[in-house]
Amino acid sequence: MARIEAEVGKPQGGFMKWIDDRFPFTETMKYHATEYYASKNFNIWYVFGVLAMVVLVIQLLTGIFLTMNYKPAAAEAFASVEYIMRDVEWGWLIRYMHSTGASFFFIVVYLHMFRAMLYGSYKKPRELIWLIGMLIFFVLIAEAFAGYLLPWGQMSYWGAQVIISLFGAIPGIGEALVEIIRGDYSISDITLNRFFALHVIALPLALIALVFVHIVALHEVGSNNPDGVDIKKHKSPDGVPLDGVAFHPYHTSKDLVAIIVFLIIFSGVVFFAPEMGGYFIEHANFEPANMTATPEHIAPVWYFTPFYAILRAVPDKLGGAILMAAAVLLPVFLPWLDRARVKSIRYRGWIYRSALGTFAVTFLVLGWLGTMPAEGIYVNAARIFTALYFAFFLLMPYYTTVDKTKPVPDRVVYHG
Amino acid sequence: MNDDADRLDRDRRHFLTIATAVTGLAGAGVAAIPFLSSLKPSARAQALGAPVEVPVGSMQPGEMVRVLWRGKLVFVLRRSEDMLDRLPDVVDQLRDPNSEVVEQQPQYAANGFRSVRPEFLVVEGSCTHLGCAPIQDFEVRPSENWEGGFFCPCHGSKFDLAGRVFKGVPAPTNLRVPPHRFVSDDLILIGQDTGAA
Amino acid sequence: MGNVKMLARLLTILAVFGVVSAHAAGGASLPLGKADIDPGNINSLQRGARNYMNYCSGCHSAKYVRFTTIGEYLELSEEQLADNLMFNAEKTFETIRSAMPEADSRRWFGVAPPDLSLMARSKGVDYIYNFLKGFYLDPASPTGVDNLVLTGTSMPHVLWELQGYQDAVFLEHTDESADGATTTRHFDGFEAVTAGTMDEEDYDSFVRDTVNFLAYIAEPNRAERRMLGMWVIIYLFVFLIIARMLKKQIWKDVS
Repeated sequence: MARIEAEVGKPQGGFMKWIDDRFPFTETMKYHATEYYASKNFNIWYVFGVLAMVVLVIQLLTGIFLTMNYKPAAAEAFASVEYIMRDVEWGWLIRYMHSTGASFFFIVVYLHMFRAMLYGSYKKPRELIWLIGMLIFFVLIAEAFAGYLLPWGQMSYWGAQVIISLFGAIPGIGEALVEIIRGDYSISDITLNRFFALHVIALPLALIALVFVHIVALHEVGSNNPDGVDIKKHKSPDGVPLDGVAFHPYHTSKDLVAIIVFLIIFSGVVFFAPEMGGYFIEHANFEPANMTATPEHIAPVWYFTPFYAILRAVPDKLGGAILMAAAVLLPVFLPWLDRARVKSIRYRGWIYRSALGTFAVTFLVLGWLGTMPAEGIYVNAARIFTALYFAFFLLMPYYTTVDKTKPVPDRVVYHG
Repeated sequence: MNDDADRLDRDRRHFLTIATAVTGLAGAGVAAIPFLSSLKPSARAQALGAPVEVPVGSMQPGEMVRVLWRGKLVFVLRRSEDMLDRLPDVVDQLRDPNSEVVEQQPQYAANGFRSVRPEFLVVEGSCTHLGCAPIQDFEVRPSENWEGGFFCPCHGSKFDLAGRVFKGVPAPTNLRVPPHRFVSDDLILIGQDTGAA
Repeated sequence: MGNVKMLARLLTILAVFGVVSAHAAGGASLPLGKADIDPGNINSLQRGARNYMNYCSGCHSAKYVRFTTIGEYLELSEEQLADNLMFNAEKTFETIRSAMPEADSRRWFGVAPPDLSLMARSKGVDYIYNFLKGFYLDPASPTGVDNLVLTGTSMPHVLWELQGYQDAVFLEHTDESADGATTTRHFDGFEAVTAGTMDEEDYDSFVRDTVNFLAYIAEPNRAERRMLGMWVIIYLFVFLIIARMLKKQIWKDVS
């Protein structure tokens, strides 16, 4: 098997040597790209990490340009968004990319997380990668939430009102905490101003730092694969994993194809359905925030609706808030809840397979229920699926122990 | 034995790498256009920078008004006969007496008066050195060899009553004449010189 | 004739609503007839712009919309804009203001008439279409009319001269239950009272043109967006083919 060696990894003279004597450029490229070996049998589930990076870049870039024209003041915010949409040349494109990017961020991150659940990527020795990833997810939630207030439409305002009020459920400190978050007695210009600061500076900085650490941690232990076997067990005489291929040019060329496919779908939404039927940009958000009237039907953006459905399933303010927080936090413990000896779904028994399948359906149904009015059958359904959601995590130590697993092969399965 | 096949593969890979890079870079280049274009003055900036009307019917000879066009200071000076008569006196002290630097005035103002009609001077009140606003100093002081004109307080540049720069001062060129036209005898429109409304 | 069919469909839907609402007494929203607008029809948009400026702009602003933008897309010259549309504006780069000061309108109607720049995106075109056709006589209302889509609206029937006045027929339905009788009303169709200057069909296309224009101003660059999208996606497919060939070539020897 003749392997390609990429140009960047080769020792260089002249300018590159001058740089390398002062900064570990070639060494870094080798460590993270040309001599970082990842399994050759990655499937489609393995592209969502790099796609999340692509979305992050899109969001940062479009965000910078939006910030140049957006005004974080209650009296001007809504108008400044319309100013971007109409008066700034190409402003509409930049804004749609940003609003679509927000939704796609969650799509790829949810799929990226599901990949970890499919192939046991959170299991030893990658627990820390999973924890950092969960932190990224939490920061992303905060980032999206803060960002959603900025257009200062009806949904921005009342969505923030509902979510911030949740913190008021905390006994004792609740009310004080809510006032500290808002900086006022209601959501106001002051709230908008500080959410802007969080959205454009604090949270993106945290996000970038965490993503960096996430990747450093990953490259320390190496990537998992769909078979969940350790590719470092079998190496060639010169120390290259037999089942691994260099990240560059192998995985980069593969990822590029995935990125282009992603961009085609992304462009389809940006150019042909930027509102996505009211799921990516909610209709009520084309009305400026009005403190005197709540929209008839209020639902958060789709990516929060699974958790929102859980919140509404409980007829008690504190109980609902606790359950929702628990639902968001529970995945953090996956590395320890999962007691199976094998990583990949390929070698797990029928119990885990059905549990994970049910969980996927549960998450989607909860997401749908969260967009529906909180009445009648929807609430009852939400209760059932909330129970299923928690059962998946809380019963995991039991059912992963009793589940019958299949023998794991020594090397990865690959059909050229 | 399969050296040839190897080389063919390498060539093909090389070609495809270049093709991918070129296509990708071209796409990135085109994608950059919207972002860079968004930095241009927006429709609102253009609306706010629309032409400005200056009524000049009631101006006395020797009187000057200051107006803002696109946020830039513009002087409109109604020069007296006396002022116009003095213009040729300073020609040999000027850097560009005949308005030969093309971009400093529209074609129709590239004359001895630097104006459409001799009596009305329309110039941007922005020193061509570093953009300070020159001060009007129309008093004639023969002792200082000063025939009246503009003086920039920042770095001492001097201009005559046609906005022409003197030699030996930091400003390199004459004050800029903005596009303008007479809508009627009494009304100047600054910022537009064609007939289109 | 399409308009008649539209109207028939609308009435059918409204009739169906009557039946449905018997089950979901109160609270349920009205199923809306389709506005069926034609965004690419410049003539329709031009008529809509004229309708808007003549009948809406007296009270409603569209404060994010510039006349220049409209002129470019609707193929109207500066003179045409100035002569036909710009009643409250002097310069083409201005935005559409309403003729009525907000304080006055607040006093007269209790609420300021909403800005219409984004109405088609917040409420949807069907909503506006049905709203403009849904005024009916109601002596109890200060304006003399109520609206089927937005009950209790403070907007008078501005278009009455065109449409004429109509009554709404409601069927009363009484439920006998243990707690006593509850009466619900549901809509059963309109009945013309006075004729307007337009017949039903003309009024329908009048409303449709107006809604078309409102949809256009809600997102003036919609057509540009879709056109550009085509090219972007074509480019990406070409790029995809090349990148896939490269990937295959690079992975050729991996076994």
